[in-house]
Amino acid sequence: MPAIRYEAPRSVADAVRLIGADPGARVLAGGTDLLVQFRAGVRQPTAFIDIKRIPELVGIRVDASGLHLGAATAAAVICEHDEVKRLWPGFVEAVHLIGSTQIQGRGTVGGNLCNASPAADTTCALIVNRAECVIAGPKGERTVAAEAFCTGPGRNVLEPGEFLVAIRMPRPAPRTADAYLRLIPRSEMDIAVAGAGVSVTLDASGVCTAARIAVGAVAPTALLVPDAARVLIGSRIDEAALARAGEAASAAARPIDDKRGTVEYRRTIAGVLTRRAAAVAAQRAIEK
Amino acid sequence: MAKLHVETTINGEPAEFLCEPQETLLSALRNGVGLTGTKEGCATGDCGACSVLLDGRLVPSCLVLAPEAQDRTVTTIEGLAPSSPGANHDTLHPLQQKFLEHAALQCGFCTPGFLVAAKALLDANPDPSETEIRYWLAGNLCRCTGYDKIVRAVQDAAKEIRAAR
Repeated sequence: MPAIRYEAPRSVADAVRLIGADPGARVLAGGTDLLVQFRAGVRQPTAFIDIKRIPELVGIRVDASGLHLGAATAAAVICEHDEVKRLWPGFVEAVHLIGSTQIQGRGTVGGNLCNASPAADTTCALIVNRAECVIAGPKGERTVAAEAFCTGPGRNVLEPGEFLVAIRMPRPAPRTADAYLRLIPRSEMDIAVAGAGVSVTLDASGVCTAARIAVGAVAPTALLVPDAARVLIGSRIDEAALARAGEAASAAARPIDDKRGTVEYRRTIAGVLTRRAAAVAAQRAIEK
Repeated sequence: MAKLHVETTINGEPAEFLCEPQETLLSALRNGVGLTGTKEGCATGDCGACSVLLDGRLVPSCLVLAPEAQDRTVTTIEGLAPSSPGANHDTLHPLQQKFLEHAALQCGFCTPGFLVAAKALLDANPDPSETEIRYWLAGNLCRCTGYDKIVRAVQDAAKEIRAAR
Protein backbone atom coordinates (compact mmCIF):
# COMPACT_ATOMS: atom_id res chain seq x y z
CA MET A 1 0.00 0.00 0.00
CA PRO A 2 1.40 3.43 -0.89
CA ALA A 3 2.31 5.63 2.03
CA ILE A 4 -0.39 7.93 3.30
CA ARG A 5 0.60 11.26 4.78
CA TYR A 6 -0.91 13.07 7.74
CA GLU A 7 -0.65 16.87 7.72
CA ALA A 8 -1.98 19.35 10.27
CA PRO A 9 -1.58 22.82 8.74
CA ARG A 10 -1.87 25.85 11.03
CA SER A 11 -3.31 28.31 8.52
CA VAL A 12 -5.88 28.37 5.72
CA ALA A 13 -3.12 29.33 3.28
CA ASP A 14 -1.03 26.31 4.27
CA ALA A 15 -4.07 24.05 3.95
CA VAL A 16 -4.87 25.40 0.48
CA ARG A 17 -1.26 24.75 -0.57
CA LEU A 18 -1.29 21.17 0.78
CA ILE A 19 -4.67 20.31 -0.75
CA GLY A 20 -3.76 21.90 -4.08
CA ALA A 21 -0.43 20.07 -4.28
CA ASP A 22 -1.94 16.59 -4.00
CA PRO A 23 -5.12 15.66 -5.88
CA GLY A 24 -5.46 12.57 -3.68
CA ALA A 25 -5.43 14.52 -0.42
CA ARG A 26 -8.63 14.53 1.60
CA VAL A 27 -9.64 17.09 4.19
CA LEU A 28 -10.09 15.60 7.66
CA ALA A 29 -12.46 17.35 10.04
CA GLY A 30 -14.30 15.07 12.47
CA GLY A 31 -13.59 11.95 10.43
CA THR A 32 -17.00 10.42 11.14
CA ASP A 33 -17.65 10.00 7.41
CA LEU A 34 -14.16 10.11 5.90
CA LEU A 35 -12.50 7.55 8.18
CA VAL A 36 -15.44 5.15 7.84
CA GLN A 37 -15.26 5.47 4.04
CA PHE A 38 -11.46 5.02 4.19
CA ARG A 39 -11.81 1.88 6.31
CA ALA A 40 -14.44 0.48 3.94
CA GLY A 41 -12.16 1.09 0.96
CA VAL A 42 -14.58 3.61 -0.60
CA ARG A 43 -11.95 6.34 -0.42
CA GLN A 44 -8.19 5.83 -0.70
CA PRO A 45 -6.65 9.21 0.08
CA THR A 46 -2.94 9.82 -0.40
CA ALA A 47 -2.98 12.29 2.49
CA PHE A 48 -5.19 13.35 5.38
CA ILE A 49 -5.17 17.13 5.77
CA ASP A 50 -6.37 17.69 9.34
CA ILE A 51 -7.88 21.20 9.41
CA LYS A 52 -8.64 21.28 13.15
CA ARG A 53 -5.35 23.01 14.07
CA ILE A 54 -6.31 26.06 12.01
CA PRO A 55 -7.68 28.61 14.52
CA GLU A 56 -10.52 29.99 12.37
CA LEU A 57 -11.74 26.48 11.47
CA VAL A 58 -12.69 25.69 15.05
CA GLY A 59 -14.95 27.85 17.14
CA ILE A 60 -18.12 29.89 17.30
CA ARG A 61 -18.55 33.65 17.19
CA VAL A 62 -21.92 35.36 17.50
CA ASP A 63 -21.99 39.12 16.90
CA ALA A 64 -24.34 41.79 15.53
CA SER A 65 -24.13 40.32 12.04
CA GLY A 66 -24.90 36.77 13.16
CA LEU A 67 -23.12 33.44 13.49
CA HIS A 68 -19.62 32.70 12.32
CA LEU A 69 -19.06 28.96 12.70
CA GLY A 70 -15.71 27.36 12.00
CA ALA A 71 -16.45 24.48 9.62
CA ALA A 72 -14.55 21.97 11.78
CA THR A 73 -16.27 22.83 15.08
CA ALA A 74 -17.53 19.66 16.79
CA ALA A 75 -21.31 19.25 17.02
CA ALA A 76 -21.14 18.93 20.81
CA VAL A 77 -19.52 22.37 21.09
CA ILE A 78 -22.37 23.92 19.09
CA CYS A 79 -25.02 22.19 21.21
CA GLU A 80 -23.49 23.62 24.39
CA HIS A 81 -23.45 27.23 23.12
CA ASP A 82 -26.23 29.17 24.88
CA GLU A 83 -26.38 32.08 22.44
CA VAL A 84 -26.57 29.78 19.41
CA LYS A 85 -29.31 27.72 21.11
CA ARG A 86 -31.29 30.88 21.85
CA LEU A 87 -31.00 32.43 18.37
CA TRP A 88 -31.22 29.29 16.22
CA PRO A 89 -33.00 26.56 18.22
CA GLY A 90 -33.98 24.67 15.06
CA PHE A 91 -30.40 24.62 13.80
CA VAL A 92 -29.20 23.26 17.15
CA GLU A 93 -32.01 20.66 17.06
CA ALA A 94 -30.69 19.44 13.73
CA VAL A 95 -27.07 19.37 14.94
CA HIS A 96 -28.10 17.50 18.07
CA LEU A 97 -29.87 14.77 16.08
CA ILE A 98 -26.70 13.57 14.37
CA GLY A 99 -25.27 10.34 15.74
CA SER A 100 -24.37 9.45 19.30
CA THR A 101 -22.72 11.48 22.04
CA GLN A 102 -19.40 10.10 20.80
CA ILE A 103 -20.10 11.08 17.20
CA GLN A 104 -21.18 14.54 18.39
CA GLY A 105 -17.76 14.89 19.99
CA ARG A 106 -16.11 14.49 16.59
CA GLY A 107 -18.59 15.21 13.80
CA THR A 108 -18.88 18.73 12.37
CA VAL A 109 -21.51 20.75 10.52
CA GLY A 110 -18.97 21.50 7.80
CA GLY A 111 -18.40 17.79 7.32
CA ASN A 112 -22.12 17.04 7.37
CA LEU A 113 -22.57 19.55 4.56
CA CYS A 114 -19.52 18.48 2.51
CA ASN A 115 -20.47 14.79 2.76
CA ALA A 116 -23.59 15.87 0.84
CA SER A 117 -25.93 13.15 2.00
CA PRO A 118 -29.48 13.97 0.86
CA ALA A 119 -30.55 13.05 4.40
CA ALA A 120 -28.03 15.28 6.22
CA ASP A 121 -29.94 16.81 9.11
CA THR A 122 -28.10 20.12 9.34
CA THR A 123 -28.47 21.04 5.68
CA CYS A 124 -32.19 21.92 5.82
CA ALA A 125 -31.57 24.00 8.95
CA LEU A 126 -28.69 25.86 7.26
CA ILE A 127 -30.80 26.54 4.18
CA VAL A 128 -33.78 28.00 6.03
CA ASN A 129 -31.46 30.22 8.07
CA ARG A 130 -29.92 31.66 4.86
CA ALA A 131 -26.52 30.23 5.69
CA GLU A 132 -23.55 31.07 3.50
CA CYS A 133 -20.65 28.68 3.01
CA VAL A 134 -17.21 30.30 3.02
CA ILE A 135 -14.86 28.39 0.74
CA ALA A 136 -11.07 28.83 0.48
CA GLY A 137 -9.06 27.73 -2.52
CA PRO A 138 -6.17 28.50 -4.84
CA LYS A 139 -8.08 31.44 -6.35
CA GLY A 140 -8.95 32.93 -2.96
CA GLU A 141 -12.16 32.96 -0.99
CA ARG A 142 -15.72 32.67 -2.28
CA THR A 143 -19.12 32.16 -0.69
CA VAL A 144 -21.96 29.92 -1.79
CA ALA A 145 -25.52 29.83 -0.43
CA ALA A 146 -26.23 26.68 1.59
CA GLU A 147 -29.00 25.60 -0.83
CA ALA A 148 -26.50 25.68 -3.71
CA PHE A 149 -23.65 23.85 -1.95
CA CYS A 150 -24.70 20.24 -2.53
CA THR A 151 -25.16 19.19 -6.16
CA GLY A 152 -26.15 15.54 -5.71
CA PRO A 153 -25.69 12.59 -3.37
CA GLY A 154 -22.05 12.81 -2.18
CA ARG A 155 -21.35 15.74 -4.51
CA ASN A 156 -20.83 19.43 -3.79
CA VAL A 157 -19.57 22.62 -5.44
CA LEU A 158 -16.02 22.39 -4.09
CA GLU A 159 -13.48 22.60 -6.91
CA PRO A 160 -10.13 20.79 -6.75
CA GLY A 161 -7.98 22.47 -4.12
CA GLU A 162 -10.91 24.08 -2.32
CA PHE A 163 -12.24 23.39 1.15
CA LEU A 164 -15.01 24.69 3.39
CA VAL A 165 -13.69 27.14 5.98
CA ALA A 166 -16.75 28.52 7.74
CA ILE A 167 -20.50 28.84 7.75
CA ARG A 168 -22.14 32.22 8.32
CA MET A 169 -25.76 32.76 9.27
CA PRO A 170 -27.31 36.24 9.48
CA ARG A 171 -28.73 37.22 12.84
CA PRO A 172 -32.48 36.49 12.85
CA ALA A 173 -34.82 39.48 12.48
CA PRO A 174 -37.13 40.23 15.44
CA ARG A 175 -39.89 37.60 15.96
CA THR A 176 -38.03 35.14 13.74
CA ALA A 177 -37.54 31.51 14.77
CA ASP A 178 -36.62 28.19 13.22
CA ALA A 179 -37.40 24.51 13.81
CA TYR A 180 -36.22 21.20 12.38
CA LEU A 181 -37.95 17.82 12.58
CA ARG A 182 -37.06 14.49 11.07
CA LEU A 183 -38.58 11.04 11.05
CA ILE A 184 -36.52 7.96 11.86
CA PRO A 185 -37.89 4.49 12.65
CA ARG A 186 -36.31 4.45 16.12
CA SER A 187 -35.85 7.12 18.77
CA GLU A 188 -32.11 7.76 18.38
CA MET A 189 -29.11 7.13 16.14
CA ASP A 190 -30.57 6.70 12.67
CA ILE A 191 -30.71 8.40 9.28
CA ALA A 192 -33.73 10.52 8.31
CA VAL A 193 -36.53 8.98 6.25
CA ALA A 194 -37.51 12.59 5.71
CA GLY A 195 -36.71 15.90 7.39
CA ALA A 196 -38.08 19.43 7.33
CA GLY A 197 -36.62 22.77 8.38
CA VAL A 198 -38.67 25.94 8.71
CA SER A 199 -37.88 29.54 9.58
CA VAL A 200 -40.66 32.12 9.96
CA THR A 201 -40.81 35.82 10.76
CA LEU A 202 -43.97 37.31 12.27
CA ASP A 203 -45.02 40.92 12.54
CA ALA A 204 -46.22 42.42 15.84
CA SER A 205 -49.79 41.23 15.16
CA GLY A 206 -48.72 37.64 14.45
CA VAL A 207 -48.92 37.71 10.66
CA CYS A 208 -46.12 35.89 8.85
CA THR A 209 -43.97 38.30 6.85
CA ALA A 210 -41.18 35.96 5.76
CA ALA A 211 -40.65 32.21 5.66
CA ARG A 212 -38.15 29.64 4.41
CA ILE A 213 -38.90 25.92 4.18
CA ALA A 214 -36.51 23.12 3.19
CA VAL A 215 -37.06 19.37 3.07
CA GLY A 216 -34.43 16.64 3.30
CA ALA A 217 -34.07 12.99 2.25
CA VAL A 218 -36.77 13.39 -0.39
CA ALA A 219 -34.58 14.43 -3.36
CA PRO A 220 -30.92 14.10 -4.46
CA THR A 221 -30.17 17.17 -2.33
CA ALA A 222 -32.00 19.04 0.42
CA LEU A 223 -34.61 21.19 -1.31
CA LEU A 224 -35.58 24.78 -0.64
CA VAL A 225 -39.36 24.91 -1.26
CA PRO A 226 -40.40 28.50 -2.01
CA ASP A 227 -43.96 27.36 -2.86
CA ALA A 228 -44.43 26.07 0.67
CA ALA A 229 -43.02 29.25 2.23
CA ARG A 230 -45.22 31.44 0.02
CA VAL A 231 -48.48 30.06 1.44
CA LEU A 232 -47.37 30.92 4.97
CA ILE A 233 -46.50 34.53 4.14
CA GLY A 234 -49.46 36.80 4.87
CA SER A 235 -51.16 34.15 7.02
CA ARG A 236 -51.32 33.80 10.78
CA ILE A 237 -49.84 30.32 10.29
CA ASP A 238 -53.21 28.81 11.18
CA GLU A 239 -54.26 25.23 10.48
CA ALA A 240 -55.32 26.00 6.92
CA ALA A 241 -52.01 27.69 6.06
CA LEU A 242 -50.04 24.88 7.70
CA ALA A 243 -51.96 22.27 5.72
CA ARG A 244 -51.30 24.08 2.44
CA ALA A 245 -47.58 24.44 3.27
CA GLY A 246 -47.43 20.71 3.95
CA GLU A 247 -49.13 19.95 0.63
CA ALA A 248 -46.65 22.21 -1.19
CA ALA A 249 -43.71 20.44 0.48
CA SER A 250 -45.12 17.03 -0.48
CA ALA A 251 -45.60 18.23 -4.05
CA ALA A 252 -41.98 19.40 -4.26
CA ALA A 253 -40.58 16.11 -2.92
CA ARG A 254 -38.91 13.81 -5.46
CA PRO A 255 -38.04 10.87 -3.22
CA ILE A 256 -36.77 7.38 -3.97
CA ASP A 257 -37.84 3.98 -2.67
CA ASP A 258 -35.31 2.36 -0.38
CA LYS A 259 -35.11 0.31 2.80
CA ARG A 260 -36.00 3.37 4.90
CA GLY A 261 -39.22 4.24 3.12
CA THR A 262 -41.25 4.22 -0.06
CA VAL A 263 -41.79 7.15 -2.41
CA GLU A 264 -45.37 7.60 -1.21
CA TYR A 265 -44.45 7.40 2.47
CA ARG A 266 -41.59 9.89 2.13
CA ARG A 267 -43.75 12.29 0.16
CA THR A 268 -46.47 12.17 2.82
CA ILE A 269 -44.04 12.47 5.72
CA ALA A 270 -42.26 15.46 4.16
CA GLY A 271 -45.59 17.28 4.27
CA VAL A 272 -46.41 16.21 7.81
CA LEU A 273 -42.99 17.27 9.11
CA THR A 274 -43.21 20.60 7.27
CA ARG A 275 -46.60 21.31 8.86
CA ARG A 276 -45.38 20.41 12.35
CA ALA A 277 -42.03 22.21 12.06
CA ALA A 278 -43.78 25.35 10.81
CA ALA A 279 -46.12 25.25 13.81
CA VAL A 280 -43.16 24.89 16.19
CA ALA A 281 -41.24 27.72 14.50
CA ALA A 282 -44.31 29.99 14.63
CA GLN A 283 -44.83 29.29 18.32
CA ARG A 284 -41.17 30.06 19.01
CA ALA A 285 -41.41 33.29 17.02
CA ILE A 286 -44.43 34.38 19.10
CA GLU A 287 -42.51 33.69 22.31
CA LYS A 288 -39.46 35.71 21.20
CA MET B 1 7.34 5.17 5.41
CA ALA B 2 8.80 6.42 8.63
CA LYS B 3 6.48 6.22 11.57
CA LEU B 4 5.27 9.41 13.19
CA HIS B 5 6.40 10.28 16.69
CA VAL B 6 3.50 11.57 18.80
CA GLU B 7 3.85 13.25 22.17
CA THR B 8 0.69 13.49 24.20
CA THR B 9 -0.75 13.13 27.68
CA ILE B 10 -2.52 9.90 28.56
CA ASN B 11 -4.35 9.55 31.85
CA GLY B 12 -2.52 12.53 33.29
CA GLU B 13 0.96 11.31 32.41
CA PRO B 14 3.18 12.49 29.54
CA ALA B 15 3.27 9.75 26.91
CA GLU B 16 4.77 9.19 23.48
CA PHE B 17 4.27 6.59 20.80
CA LEU B 18 5.13 5.80 17.20
CA CYS B 19 2.29 5.33 14.72
CA GLU B 20 1.45 5.08 11.05
CA PRO B 21 -0.12 8.27 9.63
CA GLN B 22 -3.44 6.50 8.98
CA GLU B 23 -3.44 4.50 12.22
CA THR B 24 -6.33 5.11 14.60
CA LEU B 25 -5.91 6.39 18.13
CA LEU B 26 -7.59 3.15 19.20
CA SER B 27 -4.86 1.09 17.56
CA ALA B 28 -2.07 3.30 18.94
CA LEU B 29 -3.46 3.03 22.47
CA ARG B 30 -3.75 -0.75 22.29
CA ASN B 31 -0.72 -1.66 20.21
CA GLY B 32 1.64 1.29 20.66
CA VAL B 33 1.06 2.25 24.27
CA GLY B 34 -0.13 -1.14 25.56
CA LEU B 35 -3.36 0.15 27.06
CA THR B 36 -5.71 -2.62 25.99
CA GLY B 37 -8.69 -1.61 28.12
CA THR B 38 -10.15 0.36 25.20
CA LYS B 39 -11.90 -2.15 22.91
CA GLU B 40 -12.51 -2.33 19.19
CA GLY B 41 -16.10 -3.27 18.41
CA CYS B 42 -17.37 -2.07 15.05
CA ALA B 43 -14.48 0.23 14.06
CA THR B 44 -17.02 2.52 12.37
CA GLY B 45 -18.16 4.71 15.25
CA ASP B 46 -21.44 2.88 15.86
CA CYS B 47 -20.86 0.82 19.01
CA GLY B 48 -19.03 2.98 21.56
CA ALA B 49 -16.67 0.23 22.76
CA CYS B 50 -13.62 2.38 21.92
CA SER B 51 -14.85 5.50 23.75
CA VAL B 52 -12.14 7.75 25.21
CA LEU B 53 -11.96 11.37 26.28
CA LEU B 54 -9.91 13.62 23.99
CA ASP B 55 -9.27 16.97 25.71
CA GLY B 56 -12.15 15.98 28.00
CA ARG B 57 -14.57 15.39 25.10
CA LEU B 58 -16.15 11.94 24.60
CA VAL B 59 -15.08 10.55 21.21
CA PRO B 60 -14.89 7.18 19.44
CA SER B 61 -11.14 6.47 19.29
CA CYS B 62 -11.68 4.37 16.13
CA LEU B 63 -12.54 7.61 14.30
CA VAL B 64 -9.57 9.59 15.58
CA LEU B 65 -6.23 9.33 13.79
CA ALA B 66 -3.39 8.61 16.19
CA PRO B 67 -1.29 11.63 15.11
CA GLU B 68 -4.23 13.88 16.05
CA ALA B 69 -3.36 13.17 19.69
CA GLN B 70 -0.20 15.32 19.44
CA ASP B 71 -0.24 17.82 22.37
CA ARG B 72 -3.75 16.70 23.40
CA THR B 73 -4.90 14.93 26.56
CA VAL B 74 -6.38 11.46 26.35
CA THR B 75 -8.29 9.70 29.11
CA THR B 76 -8.91 5.97 28.77
CA ILE B 77 -10.62 3.42 30.98
CA GLU B 78 -7.23 2.86 32.66
CA GLY B 79 -7.39 6.46 33.91
CA LEU B 80 -10.76 6.16 35.63
CA ALA B 81 -9.73 4.70 38.99
CA PRO B 82 -8.00 7.08 41.42
CA SER B 83 -4.27 7.22 40.83
CA SER B 84 -3.08 9.72 43.41
CA PRO B 85 0.13 8.70 45.16
CA GLY B 86 -0.64 6.23 47.89
CA ALA B 87 -4.04 5.34 46.47
CA ASN B 88 -4.81 1.69 46.84
CA HIS B 89 -4.42 0.15 43.40
CA ASP B 90 -7.62 -1.80 44.03
CA THR B 91 -9.70 1.35 44.58
CA LEU B 92 -12.27 1.65 41.83
CA HIS B 93 -14.08 4.67 40.45
CA PRO B 94 -17.64 4.76 41.84
CA LEU B 95 -18.95 3.89 38.37
CA GLN B 96 -16.77 0.80 38.21
CA GLN B 97 -17.82 -0.22 41.72
CA LYS B 98 -21.51 0.26 40.94
CA PHE B 99 -21.25 -1.67 37.66
CA LEU B 100 -19.95 -4.60 39.73
CA GLU B 101 -22.61 -4.27 42.43
CA HIS B 102 -25.47 -4.01 39.93
CA ALA B 103 -24.07 -6.75 37.67
CA ALA B 104 -24.16 -4.19 34.86
CA LEU B 105 -21.93 -6.35 32.70
CA GLN B 106 -21.86 -9.90 31.47
CA CYS B 107 -19.25 -10.51 28.77
CA GLY B 108 -17.67 -7.15 29.63
CA PHE B 109 -16.52 -6.17 26.15
CA CYS B 110 -18.63 -3.01 26.00
CA THR B 111 -17.98 -2.10 29.64
CA PRO B 112 -14.90 0.14 29.27
CA GLY B 113 -16.75 2.23 26.69
CA PHE B 114 -19.83 2.48 28.88
CA LEU B 115 -17.73 3.54 31.87
CA VAL B 116 -15.83 6.24 29.98
CA ALA B 117 -19.07 7.53 28.42
CA ALA B 118 -20.85 7.51 31.79
CA LYS B 119 -17.94 9.37 33.38
CA ALA B 120 -18.21 12.06 30.71
CA LEU B 121 -21.93 12.33 31.46
CA LEU B 122 -21.49 12.65 35.22
CA ASP B 123 -18.66 15.17 34.78
CA ALA B 124 -21.07 17.35 32.79
CA ASN B 125 -24.27 16.55 34.67
CA PRO B 126 -23.98 15.12 38.19
CA ASP B 127 -27.72 14.43 38.45
CA PRO B 128 -28.98 13.10 35.12
CA SER B 129 -32.52 11.77 34.70
CA GLU B 130 -33.02 8.22 33.47
CA THR B 131 -33.99 9.64 30.06
CA GLU B 132 -30.82 11.73 29.94
CA ILE B 133 -28.72 8.67 30.81
CA ARG B 134 -30.40 6.55 28.13
CA TYR B 135 -29.92 9.20 25.41
CA TRP B 136 -26.33 9.92 26.44
CA LEU B 137 -25.47 6.21 26.32
CA ALA B 138 -27.43 5.52 23.11
CA GLY B 139 -24.13 5.25 21.24
CA ASN B 140 -22.87 2.43 23.47
CA LEU B 141 -24.17 -0.96 22.42
CA CYS B 142 -24.44 -3.92 24.82
CA ARG B 143 -25.68 -7.28 23.63
CA CYS B 144 -25.84 -8.92 27.08
CA THR B 145 -27.45 -6.79 29.75
CA GLY B 146 -30.52 -5.23 28.19
CA TYR B 147 -29.20 -1.88 29.49
CA ASP B 148 -31.43 -1.64 32.60
CA LYS B 149 -28.69 -2.69 34.99
CA ILE B 150 -26.28 -0.25 33.35
CA VAL B 151 -28.74 2.61 33.82
CA ARG B 152 -29.29 1.65 37.47
CA ALA B 153 -25.53 1.47 38.06
CA VAL B 154 -25.01 4.94 36.57
CA GLN B 155 -27.85 6.36 38.67
CA ASP B 156 -26.41 4.80 41.80
CA ALA B 157 -22.88 6.00 41.05
CA ALA B 158 -24.19 9.52 40.41
CA LYS B 159 -25.90 9.44 43.78
CA GLU B 160 -22.73 8.33 45.52
CA ILE B 161 -20.58 10.92 43.77
CA ARG B 162 -23.05 13.67 44.71
CA ALA B 163 -23.08 12.52 48.33
CA ALA B 164 -19.28 12.63 48.46
CA ARG B 165 -19.19 16.27 47.34
